[in-house]
Amino acid sequence: MERFTVVTGVAAPLIEDDVNTDQIAPLSAGHRVHPDYAAMFFARRRAGAGIDADPDFFLSKPRFSKPSILAAGANFGCGSSRESAVWCIQAAGIRCVVARGFADIFRENCLQNGLLPVVLAAGEAEAFEALVIAADGGAPFTVDLAARKITAPGGREFVFDISPADAKRLLEGLDDIGLTLTHNSDIAAFEQKMAAERPWSQRADISAVKD
Amino acid sequence: MSVTHFDMSATLFDKIWDAHVAARRIDGRDLVYIDRHVLHELHAPHAFGKLQKAGRAVRRPDLTFSAIDHTPSTKPGRDEHTNPEGLPLIEAMRAGSLRNAIRVFDLKDPEHGISHVVAPEIGMVLPGATHAVPDSHACTVGGLGALAFGCGTSELEHILATQVIAMHRPKRMRIRLDGSLGPHVRAKDVALAVIAHIGSAGGRGFAIEFSGAVARALPVEGRLTLCNLTIEMGSRTGLIAADDTVFQWLHGRPWAPAGARWARALAYWKTLPSGEGAVFDSDINLDCGALQPQITWGTDPGQAIAISGRVPDPADAEAHRRPLLEKALVYMGLTPGMAIEGLRVDRVFIGSCTNARLSDLEEAAAILRGRRIAPGMQALVSPGSAKVRRDAEALGLDKVFSDAGFIWGESACSMCAGANGDKGERGERILSTTNRNFENRQGPGARTHLVGPALAAAAAVTGEITDVRKLLGGAR
Ligand code: SF4
Repeated sequence: MERFTVVTGVAAPLIEDDVNTDQIAPLSAGHRVHPDYAAMFFARRRAGAGIDADPDFFLSKPRFSKPSILAAGANFGCGSSRESAVWCIQAAGIRCVVARGFADIFRENCLQNGLLPVVLAAGEAEAFEALVIAADGGAPFTVDLAARKITAPGGREFVFDISPADAKRLLEGLDDIGLTLTHNSDIAAFEQKMAAERPWSQRADISAVKD
Repeated sequence: MSVTHFDMSATLFDKIWDAHVAARRIDGRDLVYIDRHVLHELHAPHAFGKLQKAGRAVRRPDLTFSAIDHTPSTKPGRDEHTNPEGLPLIEAMRAGSLRNAIRVFDLKDPEHGISHVVAPEIGMVLPGATHAVPDSHACTVGGLGALAFGCGTSELEHILATQVIAMHRPKRMRIRLDGSLGPHVRAKDVALAVIAHIGSAGGRGFAIEFSGAVARALPVEGRLTLCNLTIEMGSRTGLIAADDTVFQWLHGRPWAPAGARWARALAYWKTLPSGEGAVFDSDINLDCGALQPQITWGTDPGQAIAISGRVPDPADAEAHRRPLLEKALVYMGLTPGMAIEGLRVDRVFIGSCTNARLSDLEEAAAILRGRRIAPGMQALVSPGSAKVRRDAEALGLDKVFSDAGFIWGESACSMCAGANGDKGERGERILSTTNRNFENRQGPGARTHLVGPALAAAAAVTGEITDVRKLLGGAR
């Protein structure tokens, strides 16, 4: 997983509530074994998408063709658990999403892939969004994870909160499975205990087993 | 010896969680053991590939199962070639499963179907057990008193390699559903009313326990429907304490424990319900006594109203919500204040992990018997599993549906996500028993109204959104 330290770049505005993963990564646009995630990203809404194309949408504007940060509304990433939503966002070059809030599974998927999910304190979010809109892709923002802050063009700083564990995972690009595998013996011990205490839990088709 | 918890302050959720924590990771996450892990072909091939690249083995192939439910066509007589787009995924799924010694519930398998329908019906999922699926509707099986988590592809890979999921313990929410349901008001209506009440992000960060007289009175299939929609409340998991209704339903299912093991398991399951003094982080009460059949008007499952209701006016909403509501109205082709009843309907779909179990088909068939769908209506029913389909045929329901003009489809996800080629057309108004009315979900430009099977069947017959109670009352 790519480490997240400091990211500087264009911030794109998508300030809408309840943007779901069906919109971010439309299923019909690419349920194949190796999809083109960059092309899938909001495939229905971006310019060239035909009748549903939205000329005001950030991806329809050339100055937002390589954003680093996405500013979003409440409940971002709701709906399906599809991780392709995160991969699409990353394929577009985005490393950090600043939203009013994230759906649970989506936020977890972000952490799994090194995409930084940021929620600003109430009151700060409006100011941040206003600056993203004002910058209009013309001036860069900087996200510094170690310092827990975003610096807007003109110097205004926005401090955010993230748990030390989640930050560490992103800063070091930790392999999550590797971390869990250090507990291999705990898991094996748990399985042994369960085989004795709740044998049905360790055998899927338990009815086939003779006592 | 079995562990018993007599802690009267613990919730059902906490008891199951605590009974599955294999370790606490240094980052503060609990490693929650997953008793049954079910994969599907949209996401598993990717994870199989990554696992192989990393040189990691599947820890418990015997507790892991592969469903093929998202992409197959549901056209009568289908095979894996009917939807050519799905074929590479199905083939990758078979290959990855074979390589890792995982049983596949393949298309011709008598136990084929939508995983959330199949897992309960064969007794794969048990009360007090944990369950994970890389699909957000994993929460369906909470209806049996199991703790289930929808997960992403990385989490899927993590569970394959370790058999645990690394999570922070969510907060607990109790939703008490009081009263008793009126005629033609079922679990789907209750669920839609709850989402409308707490909002589609209202349950975020919580595990939800449904309780109260309505939950207790729901048959198992209704409980599965209610818990299915937990994710639409914003919560990753929801459950209802298993009771005699569940135990009777489960007893004798093919994979459920039998004999002395059943007795031992039963004794354990009875220790799980939340204690008298259980404390929840959030408590919500909803009286369902006056609840009417529900229907969504917009593009978010929380935008539900009573069948006798009117489309809301964005002007009445908080200012920051208005643009979304206006957008939904335009997409759905509606104007504020209009009655939802009487709108012309082009297509009806009865299916999905929400409402395609036998009782759902029976409910719809009771309305369709002796009736015909309206001229020009397109109507498809896709039973949730091969077993549901067989059981329905044994009852003659296939004939009821066909005689009424429905297509009696094969089982799979079908028009729920439109990933199998079954889609609505642009501008079409669809009454659907599924769980998401998002823009474009059932086809670009398709307008989805979520309903229960009764309203779907009623609309198929009349060609317009219809209060089933009036239809059956002979008011038409
Ligand atoms: S029926 Fe729909 S919601 Fe259920 S598993 Fe299939 S695609 Fe997901």
